[in-house]
Amino acid sequence: MRKHFSAYLEKIADRDDFVFMTGDLGYNALENVGHKMGERFINAGVAEQNMIGVAAGMASQGLQVICYSIAPFVVYRCLEQVRNDVCFHNMPVYVVGNGGGYGYGIMGSSHHAIEDIAVLSGLQYMQCYVPAFIEDMNTCLDEMFARRAPSYFRLGLGKNMPPYLSIKNYGAATAGNDKAALTIISQGPVTNNLVAALSGHSKMENIDVFVLNKMPIITLPQDVKDSIARTGNVLTIEEHISIGGLGSAVSVLINELSLPLNKFVSLHAEGYPGGLYGSQGYHQQLSGLDEGNILQIINSYF
Amino acid sequence: MEHLNLQGNLRKRILGLHYKANSGHIGCSLSCIDIMISILKYKDADDSFILSKGHASTALYTILNEIGEIPDEALDSFYKDGTTLPAHPAPLKYKAIPFATGSLGHGLPLATGIAKAKKLKSAAGTSYVLMSDGETNEGTTWEACHFAVANKLDNLIVFVDKNGLQGFGNTADILGDTAAGKVWNAIGFDCVEVDGHSISALLGAKEQMKALKNGRPKLIIANTVKGKGIPYMESKMEWHYLPMNEAQYQEALKKIKNDYNC
Repeated sequence: MRKHFSAYLEKIADRDDFVFMTGDLGYNALENVGHKMGERFINAGVAEQNMIGVAAGMASQGLQVICYSIAPFVVYRCLEQVRNDVCFHNMPVYVVGNGGGYGYGIMGSSHHAIEDIAVLSGLQYMQCYVPAFIEDMNTCLDEMFARRAPSYFRLGLGKNMPPYLSIKNYGAATAGNDKAALTIISQGPVTNNLVAALSGHSKMENIDVFVLNKMPIITLPQDVKDSIARTGNVLTIEEHISIGGLGSAVSVLINELSLPLNKFVSLHAEGYPGGLYGSQGYHQQLSGLDEGNILQIINSYF
Repeated sequence: MEHLNLQGNLRKRILGLHYKANSGHIGCSLSCIDIMISILKYKDADDSFILSKGHASTALYTILNEIGEIPDEALDSFYKDGTTLPAHPAPLKYKAIPFATGSLGHGLPLATGIAKAKKLKSAAGTSYVLMSDGETNEGTTWEACHFAVANKLDNLIVFVDKNGLQGFGNTADILGDTAAGKVWNAIGFDCVEVDGHSISALLGAKEQMKALKNGRPKLIIANTVKGKGIPYMESKMEWHYLPMNEAQYQEALKKIKNDYNC
């Protein structure tokens, strides 16, 4: 996804009002952007708090500023700068975190971001984008730059969207059908594990899949509401802790709408059970976010 | 001497605001009001100013009222429910207050960003920021200093209100002098030290620094007295926090009237 992000930026690199700042990261991915943007590509050094403050200062002068780093470094270290300098003033500063969730795998917990959406999505004017595929990443980027407001963009391992999904303004979805008995709501690149689990699934025509790529979710999209009203069965999938994440938000909205529910399962990041570390796939497995467990949970609805 | 009357009148207004509100942070505002007069009274249209030590808000509000940026009715509402002028400056309310501050260590990166944007856009004007000496304890100070030097931001002028006191003691006894000119100078700033209560000295230093277009950011260390003008407040840490009673307020007014000829 990072390479596609970089390719997207190349297309807007000649615009004078765009500035790209990096917290000293981007080797083998951002060189082309740096070359194209010239003096508007700024390596702020290993100093994330200053990077965000400087970005807000530049944004106050009519510029739009992208601030890039590994996800945890550009979220947690500089949270007060994001809140006070960027969000209080509704500045067009775009915080871009690479490797959201367990994306950096064996690099360890310092390099993971599994609470980032919880931390950021409640901030005033903030919109978090968590695309799942290359295709919805591009629509998220289009929307983010058109919105010109505080944003967080979580990059992960991106694959192409399967043909049975279509892009929607809230993300992506299968065509709703009357025979559906299960509503699956997923977020971010972990959706690829769902896609693998659904591959060749005999009940595919009984499943509605929705990919919601923006947080916070203030209201459920009408398609999602209609689907839940039909199925009464919901499964949410996210590579993020339960608190402040997709599943929590969806469950509150379902209850507020008094939609009748038979069964609700939330698959989410469980942190570090047992205190053991490994690849992104290993951590997904410990949290039940792997293809095998997702398949098992789906089958439990039928 | 030509500014003495203004220095006195703004002090009286600051005292009035705090007395009516029964609020603290009086010493902090009296420490830096003269610096703010020298910046804001003589500001060009292209200049920007950030008060990083947001707790000196009454100094900011009174000088902005003086130059027509904040109306009288708003000033009268200071500290009250429904005000646009809380104890620390609020966001998105006044053009002359581009950033809400209150948490220390934010103003310098913001002002650095403004200076950098001016360079990128080849825009005129100076980016001013006023910090407290205690505030320079914050790590963002040093991140921003290095950034400003590396990016050759000679359109950035930092004022430090150096009164030697911070939240819970003397700066010398806590982390030492983090606002020492030699430290900033070693990083790559041009530094000058002046009497922070002499408007003519402050204006002179400001013009001297503005004229130096040499690719180096600027620091003006303004040596000040916390609570300047009110003897019972001067250099007393407690006047960071305390409100005045009626007798103290009257005594303060009398002293200002007498010493500032207003």
